[in-house]
Amino acid sequence: MSEAPPPQDPALLRRLLRAKDRMDAASHEEWPVVRLAEVSGVSEAHFARSFKQAFGIPPHRYLLTRRIERAMALLRETDLPITDIAFDTGWASLGTFGRTFRDITGNSPSAVRSQGRQAPREQGAVPVCIVNAARRPGLTTAVSEKRRQAANGTNTPEQQQESS
Amino acid sequence: MKQGIDVVGLYVRDQDEALAFYVDKLGFRVHTDVGNGGYRWLTVQHPEQPSFQLGLFLPGPPVHDEATAQALRALVAKGAMPPLVLTVDDCRAAYARMHALGVEFTQEPVDRYGTVDAGFRDPSGNGWKMIQGRG
Repeated sequence: MSEAPPPQDPALLRRLLRAKDRMDAASHEEWPVVRLAEVSGVSEAHFARSFKQAFGIPPHRYLLTRRIERAMALLRETDLPITDIAFDTGWASLGTFGRTFRDITGNSPSAVRSQGRQAPREQGAVPVCIVNAARRPGLTTAVSEKRRQAANGTNTPEQQQESS
Repeated sequence: MKQGIDVVGLYVRDQDEALAFYVDKLGFRVHTDVGNGGYRWLTVQHPEQPSFQLGLFLPGPPVHDEATAQALRALVAKGAMPPLVLTVDDCRAAYARMHALGVEFTQEPVDRYGTVDAGFRDPSGNGWKMIQGRG
Protein backbone atom coordinates (compact mmCIF):
# COMPACT_ATOMS: atom_id res chain seq x y z
CA MET A 1 0.00 0.00 0.00
CA SER A 2 1.38 3.39 -0.95
CA GLU A 3 1.26 6.40 1.36
CA ALA A 4 -2.12 7.96 2.17
CA PRO A 5 -3.49 10.22 -0.55
CA PRO A 6 -3.58 13.95 0.21
CA PRO A 7 -6.73 15.26 1.92
CA GLN A 8 -9.55 16.16 -0.43
CA ASP A 9 -10.67 19.73 -0.95
CA PRO A 10 -13.91 20.38 1.00
CA ALA A 11 -15.42 22.01 -2.10
CA LEU A 12 -14.85 18.75 -4.00
CA LEU A 13 -16.27 16.71 -1.10
CA ARG A 14 -19.39 18.85 -1.10
CA ARG A 15 -19.91 18.12 -4.80
CA LEU A 16 -19.25 14.40 -4.29
CA LEU A 17 -21.86 14.45 -1.53
CA ARG A 18 -24.32 15.75 -4.11
CA ALA A 19 -23.74 12.63 -6.22
CA LYS A 20 -24.27 10.46 -3.14
CA ASP A 21 -27.47 12.37 -2.31
CA ARG A 22 -28.76 11.88 -5.84
CA MET A 23 -28.20 8.12 -5.59
CA ASP A 24 -29.98 8.16 -2.22
CA ALA A 25 -32.94 10.01 -3.70
CA ALA A 26 -33.32 7.75 -6.72
CA SER A 27 -31.47 4.51 -6.08
CA HIS A 28 -33.79 2.66 -8.45
CA GLU A 29 -32.39 4.64 -11.37
CA GLU A 30 -29.27 3.79 -13.30
CA TRP A 31 -26.22 5.71 -12.13
CA PRO A 32 -23.39 5.22 -14.59
CA VAL A 33 -20.17 7.00 -13.70
CA VAL A 34 -20.71 9.53 -16.47
CA ARG A 35 -23.95 10.68 -14.82
CA LEU A 36 -22.48 10.83 -11.32
CA ALA A 37 -19.38 12.63 -12.55
CA GLU A 38 -21.57 15.25 -14.14
CA VAL A 39 -23.49 15.82 -10.87
CA SER A 40 -20.19 16.31 -9.06
CA GLY A 41 -18.51 18.37 -11.75
CA VAL A 42 -15.59 15.92 -11.79
CA SER A 43 -14.04 14.14 -14.74
CA GLU A 44 -15.18 10.56 -15.32
CA ALA A 45 -11.60 9.42 -14.87
CA HIS A 46 -11.41 10.86 -11.34
CA PHE A 47 -14.93 10.31 -10.08
CA ALA A 48 -14.86 6.72 -8.83
CA ARG A 49 -11.53 7.13 -7.07
CA SER A 50 -12.53 10.45 -5.50
CA PHE A 51 -15.85 9.02 -4.32
CA LYS A 52 -14.21 5.98 -2.78
CA GLN A 53 -11.63 8.13 -1.02
CA ALA A 54 -14.41 10.35 0.36
CA PHE A 55 -16.93 7.72 1.41
CA GLY A 56 -14.88 4.55 1.75
CA ILE A 57 -16.85 2.59 -0.81
CA PRO A 58 -16.98 2.62 -4.62
CA PRO A 59 -20.05 4.40 -6.02
CA HIS A 60 -21.59 1.34 -7.61
CA ARG A 61 -21.29 -0.66 -4.43
CA TYR A 62 -22.83 2.22 -2.48
CA LEU A 63 -25.78 2.18 -4.88
CA LEU A 64 -26.29 -1.56 -4.30
CA THR A 65 -26.45 -1.06 -0.52
CA ARG A 66 -29.05 1.66 -0.97
CA ARG A 67 -31.16 -0.53 -3.24
CA ILE A 68 -31.03 -3.39 -0.77
CA GLU A 69 -31.85 -1.00 2.08
CA ARG A 70 -34.94 0.17 0.22
CA ALA A 71 -35.92 -3.37 -0.67
CA MET A 72 -35.58 -4.39 3.00
CA ALA A 73 -37.80 -1.49 4.07
CA LEU A 74 -40.43 -2.39 1.47
CA LEU A 75 -40.31 -6.05 2.47
CA ARG A 76 -40.80 -5.20 6.11
CA GLU A 77 -43.33 -2.43 5.80
CA THR A 78 -45.50 -3.18 2.77
CA ASP A 79 -47.38 -6.09 1.28
CA LEU A 80 -45.96 -5.52 -2.20
CA PRO A 81 -45.07 -8.74 -3.97
CA ILE A 82 -41.34 -9.45 -3.96
CA THR A 83 -41.28 -9.25 -7.75
CA ASP A 84 -42.63 -5.70 -7.62
CA ILE A 85 -40.09 -4.76 -4.97
CA ALA A 86 -37.26 -6.09 -7.14
CA PHE A 87 -38.29 -3.97 -10.10
CA ASP A 88 -39.20 -0.93 -7.98
CA THR A 89 -35.75 -0.89 -6.39
CA GLY A 90 -33.87 -0.96 -9.65
CA TRP A 91 -33.16 -4.55 -10.59
CA ALA A 92 -33.72 -5.72 -14.14
CA SER A 93 -34.38 -9.31 -13.12
CA LEU A 94 -35.78 -11.10 -10.10
CA GLY A 95 -32.89 -13.55 -10.19
CA THR A 96 -30.25 -10.85 -9.90
CA PHE A 97 -32.18 -9.19 -7.11
CA GLY A 98 -32.55 -12.37 -5.07
CA ARG A 99 -28.93 -13.34 -5.55
CA THR A 100 -27.55 -9.91 -4.67
CA PHE A 101 -29.93 -9.64 -1.73
CA ARG A 102 -28.73 -12.94 -0.29
CA ASP A 103 -25.09 -12.09 -0.97
CA ILE A 104 -25.38 -8.82 0.91
CA THR A 105 -27.71 -9.68 3.79
CA GLY A 106 -27.19 -13.41 4.13
CA ASN A 107 -30.96 -13.90 3.99
CA SER A 108 -33.56 -14.37 1.32
CA PRO A 109 -36.07 -11.57 0.68
CA SER A 110 -38.92 -13.72 1.98
CA ALA A 111 -37.05 -14.46 5.23
CA VAL A 112 -36.47 -10.74 5.83
CA ARG A 113 -40.15 -10.11 5.13
CA SER A 114 -41.32 -12.54 7.77
CA GLN A 115 -38.76 -11.33 10.37
CA GLY A 116 -39.48 -7.64 10.01
CA ARG A 117 -43.23 -7.45 10.38
CA GLN A 118 -43.54 -5.90 13.81
CA ALA A 119 -40.52 -3.61 13.45
CA PRO A 120 -42.03 -0.18 12.58
CA ARG A 121 -44.06 0.05 15.78
CA GLU A 122 -41.07 -0.79 17.95
CA GLN A 123 -39.06 2.14 16.66
CA GLY A 124 -41.55 4.76 17.77
CA ALA A 125 -40.00 8.19 17.83
CA VAL A 126 -36.91 7.58 15.68
CA PRO A 127 -37.17 9.30 12.27
CA VAL A 128 -37.72 6.64 9.63
CA CYS A 129 -34.79 7.60 7.43
CA ILE A 130 -32.48 7.17 10.37
CA VAL A 131 -33.94 3.78 11.26
CA ASN A 132 -33.38 2.64 7.69
CA ALA A 133 -29.86 4.00 7.58
CA ALA A 134 -29.04 2.21 10.82
CA ARG A 135 -30.22 -1.02 9.24
CA ARG A 136 -28.35 -0.35 6.02
CA PRO A 137 -26.63 -3.53 5.02
CA GLY A 138 -22.88 -3.25 5.11
CA LEU A 139 -21.00 -3.88 1.92
CA THR A 140 -17.39 -3.44 2.79
CA THR A 141 -16.39 -6.23 0.46
CA ALA A 142 -17.38 -6.75 -3.15
CA VAL A 143 -20.33 -9.02 -3.78
CA SER A 144 -18.03 -11.41 -5.65
CA GLU A 145 -15.78 -11.57 -2.59
CA LYS A 146 -18.78 -12.33 -0.37
CA ARG A 147 -19.70 -15.18 -2.66
CA ARG A 148 -16.19 -16.55 -2.39
CA GLN A 149 -16.28 -16.31 1.41
CA ALA A 150 -19.67 -17.99 1.50
CA ALA A 151 -18.34 -20.81 -0.65
CA ASN A 152 -15.54 -21.24 1.89
CA GLY A 153 -18.02 -21.25 4.74
CA THR A 154 -16.81 -17.91 6.13
CA ASN A 155 -19.42 -15.62 7.62
CA THR A 156 -19.07 -11.90 7.18
CA PRO A 157 -20.06 -9.65 10.13
CA GLU A 158 -23.21 -8.50 8.32
CA GLN A 159 -24.35 -12.05 7.84
CA GLN A 160 -23.80 -12.85 11.48
CA GLN A 161 -25.87 -9.84 12.52
CA GLU A 162 -28.64 -10.64 10.13
CA SER A 163 -28.99 -14.22 11.25
CA SER A 164 -28.87 -13.53 14.98
CA MET B 1 -35.06 30.54 35.51
CA LYS B 2 -35.64 27.60 33.20
CA GLN B 3 -33.01 24.92 32.90
CA GLY B 4 -32.27 23.23 29.61
CA ILE B 5 -30.33 23.30 26.38
CA ASP B 6 -29.63 26.82 25.25
CA VAL B 7 -27.31 26.52 22.24
CA VAL B 8 -26.38 23.68 19.92
CA GLY B 9 -23.92 24.50 17.17
CA LEU B 10 -23.27 23.41 13.61
CA TYR B 11 -20.01 23.76 11.75
CA VAL B 12 -20.37 25.69 8.54
CA ARG B 13 -17.91 26.50 5.77
CA ASP B 14 -18.77 30.20 5.63
CA GLN B 15 -20.70 32.13 8.27
CA ASP B 16 -22.07 34.81 5.93
CA GLU B 17 -23.36 32.14 3.58
CA ALA B 18 -24.84 30.16 6.47
CA LEU B 19 -26.47 33.27 7.91
CA ALA B 20 -28.08 34.11 4.57
CA PHE B 21 -29.31 30.52 4.25
CA TYR B 22 -30.81 30.13 7.71
CA VAL B 23 -32.34 33.62 7.78
CA ASP B 24 -33.38 34.30 4.19
CA LYS B 25 -34.33 30.77 3.14
CA LEU B 26 -35.38 29.04 6.36
CA GLY B 27 -36.88 32.08 8.08
CA PHE B 28 -34.74 31.95 11.21
CA ARG B 29 -33.71 35.13 13.04
CA VAL B 30 -30.29 36.24 14.14
CA HIS B 31 -29.95 35.91 17.90
CA THR B 32 -26.29 36.84 18.46
CA ASP B 33 -23.63 37.92 16.02
CA VAL B 34 -20.53 39.06 17.83
CA GLY B 35 -17.00 39.26 16.50
CA ASN B 36 -14.02 38.98 18.79
CA GLY B 37 -10.76 39.25 16.93
CA GLY B 38 -10.83 36.50 14.31
CA TYR B 39 -13.63 34.67 16.09
CA ARG B 40 -17.32 35.19 15.38
CA TRP B 41 -20.01 33.88 17.69
CA LEU B 42 -23.08 33.57 15.49
CA THR B 43 -26.37 32.04 16.55
CA VAL B 44 -29.80 31.98 14.94
CA GLN B 45 -33.18 31.11 16.29
CA HIS B 46 -36.38 29.63 15.00
CA PRO B 47 -39.06 32.34 15.29
CA GLU B 48 -41.34 30.00 17.25
CA GLN B 49 -38.63 28.66 19.54
CA PRO B 50 -37.18 31.52 21.56
CA SER B 51 -35.54 29.29 24.14
CA PHE B 52 -33.18 27.62 21.69
CA GLN B 53 -30.29 28.94 19.61
CA LEU B 54 -28.62 27.22 16.70
CA GLY B 55 -24.96 28.18 16.50
CA LEU B 56 -23.30 28.57 13.11
CA PHE B 57 -19.63 28.17 13.81
CA LEU B 58 -16.56 28.14 11.64
CA PRO B 59 -13.91 25.50 12.28
CA GLY B 60 -10.52 27.15 12.73
CA PRO B 61 -8.29 29.10 15.04
CA PRO B 62 -8.24 29.93 17.88
CA VAL B 63 -10.42 26.91 18.74
CA HIS B 64 -8.86 24.45 16.30
CA ASP B 65 -5.42 23.91 14.84
CA GLU B 66 -5.30 23.87 11.04
CA ALA B 67 -5.28 20.07 10.69
CA THR B 68 -8.31 19.73 12.96
CA ALA B 69 -10.12 22.52 11.13
CA GLN B 70 -9.39 20.81 7.80
CA ALA B 71 -10.76 17.52 9.16
CA LEU B 72 -13.94 19.23 10.39
CA ARG B 73 -14.44 21.05 7.09
CA ALA B 74 -14.11 17.71 5.30
CA LEU B 75 -16.61 16.00 7.62
CA VAL B 76 -19.17 18.74 7.11
CA ALA B 77 -18.71 18.74 3.34
CA LYS B 78 -19.14 14.94 3.26
CA GLY B 79 -22.42 15.20 5.14
CA ALA B 80 -20.95 13.23 8.04
CA MET B 81 -22.22 15.46 10.85
CA PRO B 82 -25.14 14.31 13.03
CA PRO B 83 -28.74 14.36 11.81
CA LEU B 84 -30.86 17.47 12.28
CA VAL B 85 -34.63 17.48 12.36
CA LEU B 86 -36.92 20.43 11.72
CA THR B 87 -40.60 20.15 12.60
CA VAL B 88 -43.05 22.03 10.40
CA ASP B 89 -46.81 22.16 10.37
CA ASP B 90 -47.07 21.65 6.59
CA CYS B 91 -44.16 19.82 4.97
CA ARG B 92 -45.35 20.24 1.38
CA ALA B 93 -45.94 23.97 1.77
CA ALA B 94 -42.54 24.42 3.42
CA TYR B 95 -40.95 22.38 0.64
CA ALA B 96 -42.61 24.50 -2.06
CA ARG B 97 -41.50 27.73 -0.39
CA MET B 98 -37.94 26.62 0.29
CA HIS B 99 -37.50 24.92 -3.08
CA ALA B 100 -38.53 28.15 -4.81
CA LEU B 101 -35.82 29.92 -2.82
CA GLY B 102 -33.20 27.49 -4.10
CA VAL B 103 -32.78 25.21 -1.08
CA GLU B 104 -31.00 22.00 -2.08
CA PHE B 105 -33.45 19.21 -1.33
CA THR B 106 -32.15 15.68 -1.03
CA GLN B 107 -35.60 14.17 -0.75
CA GLU B 108 -38.94 15.49 -1.91
CA PRO B 109 -41.86 15.23 0.52
CA VAL B 110 -42.98 11.63 1.07
CA ASP B 111 -46.09 10.44 2.90
CA ARG B 112 -45.31 7.73 5.39
CA TYR B 113 -46.31 6.60 8.84
CA GLY B 114 -49.09 9.12 9.05
CA THR B 115 -46.88 12.12 8.38
CA VAL B 116 -44.88 13.74 5.60
CA ASP B 117 -41.12 14.15 5.55
CA ALA B 118 -38.54 15.71 3.23
CA GLY B 119 -34.78 16.22 3.35
CA PHE B 120 -32.49 19.12 2.53
CA ARG B 121 -28.95 20.31 3.10
CA ASP B 122 -27.52 23.64 4.05
CA PRO B 123 -24.84 25.04 1.73
CA SER B 124 -22.08 23.54 3.90
CA GLY B 125 -23.48 20.00 3.71
CA ASN B 126 -25.33 19.69 7.03
CA GLY B 127 -28.32 17.45 6.42
CA TRP B 128 -31.80 18.22 7.70
CA LYS B 129 -34.91 16.12 7.83
CA MET B 130 -38.08 18.17 7.70
CA ILE B 131 -40.99 16.35 9.27
CA GLN B 132 -44.58 17.43 9.49
CA GLY B 133 -45.77 17.47 13.09
CA ARG B 134 -48.52 15.01 13.89
CA GLY B 135 -50.97 17.71 14.84
